[in-house]
Amino acid sequence: MAKKGFDDHGQGLGRREVLECMVWAGTGVLWAVSGGVPHSVGLIGDALAAEPTGFTFLQMSDSHIGFDKAANPDALGTLREAVAKVKAMPIKPSFIIHTGDITHLSKPAEFDNADKVFGETGVQIHYVPGEHDIIDEERGKAYLERYGKGSKGAGWYSYDDHGIHFIGLVNVVDLKGGGLGNLGAEQLAWLEADLKDKSSSTPIVVFAHIPLQVVYKEWGWGTEDGMQALNLLKRFGSVTVLNGHIHQLVQKVEGNMTFHTAMSTAFPQPAPGSAPSPGPMVVPADKLRTMLGLSTVSVMQGNKPLAIVDKTLAG
Amino acid sequence: MQILISQLRFAATRFAINRALSVALLLGPVIGAMLAFGTVAAQDGTKKDAGSEITIDNFTFTPKELTVAVGTTVKWVNHDDIPHTVVEKKTTFRSKALDTDDSYSFTFASAGTFDYFCGLHPHMVGQVIVK
Repeated sequence: MAKKGFDDHGQGLGRREVLECMVWAGTGVLWAVSGGVPHSVGLIGDALAAEPTGFTFLQMSDSHIGFDKAANPDALGTLREAVAKVKAMPIKPSFIIHTGDITHLSKPAEFDNADKVFGETGVQIHYVPGEHDIIDEERGKAYLERYGKGSKGAGWYSYDDHGIHFIGLVNVVDLKGGGLGNLGAEQLAWLEADLKDKSSSTPIVVFAHIPLQVVYKEWGWGTEDGMQALNLLKRFGSVTVLNGHIHQLVQKVEGNMTFHTAMSTAFPQPAPGSAPSPGPMVVPADKLRTMLGLSTVSVMQGNKPLAIVDKTLAG
Repeated sequence: MQILISQLRFAATRFAINRALSVALLLGPVIGAMLAFGTVAAQDGTKKDAGSEITIDNFTFTPKELTVAVGTTVKWVNHDDIPHTVVEKKTTFRSKALDTDDSYSFTFASAGTFDYFCGLHPHMVGQVIVK
């Protein structure tokens, strides 16, 4: 499906095409949303020709600053390459959403190095923590002191920009044995209250580290109570869910919801079930940069499509 | 590392035997034989300790189930390129984050069944049975 892409010549998608999209796909596709229904309009390379004219933001993920093993001995170096791509963009993104695992081991020097390189972008960054960001002795204090200003609980928050409601959730805290990612009752109650007064026509972008939907249970790639959050979002006409954690592109469309997981800037992980376990995947050196990258989300004013373009560090 | 441990164990055993022999010479054959028997028991104990290590490879605890005697110290060693933690379900014990080749030890002072998991990747589970 991903390789085929859709060219609907602006006619919008029928039910059949939307249903065809309801499978996880593993390659980079440009997604567009018109009339609340996301659809793919081409492959990464084809899509780059379309210059964003409206409001754009970026998704970056899984920087793992401090990682120095065989899968990528220089995670800080590849983050620098990603940031160089951001700086070279013809239109500056409004902000960056970072979907967690800023660092590998939550060490102060790792956070310092990440902040220094991300600071070079000159744009604001909205973070949510990954499980690697809360393994300091005090389990998350270091993260909250740096990035938690104005957030609730373990670091969740929401904000509005260009008429879109953005929600950052935390699903890496207080995990239960044998389970998956976890939002918890307190955060779900907060989310319900946060959405209460929002009109159903408000476009929603929700982001968290671990995928909110279950991508692959055997590897823990999903969130135990993620469906409860998604049920609260069902009434909205356009919902975009951005996640990280699995270090590869996976996309799915279900009704008015688009699910997207970003590439890492540090190292790739195997496709679900294709290896004995998840974890850093060693690939030939000349292949590494084709498996790392970042995503640009373009939001056009008015009734124009919203698009996600995934770009690798090789391109 | 494994070689070093066996050398240390060998040295300790030899020391114990030497001591048992000199004690036997001083105190007579009966007590000597008892102490020698004690040395054998200690050697068995050493063997048991060698079997109380749990390794973490490919996001898996091995062995997944481990049975040990009360008083045994169990050691978890992480061989993955990703940090893991060891958390008992009722938080009887909880390790800090274990980076590659880091280890964590816990001594089981009482009998019982202890279910544990990785606090970062909770689909990783294991069990220690203490008898």
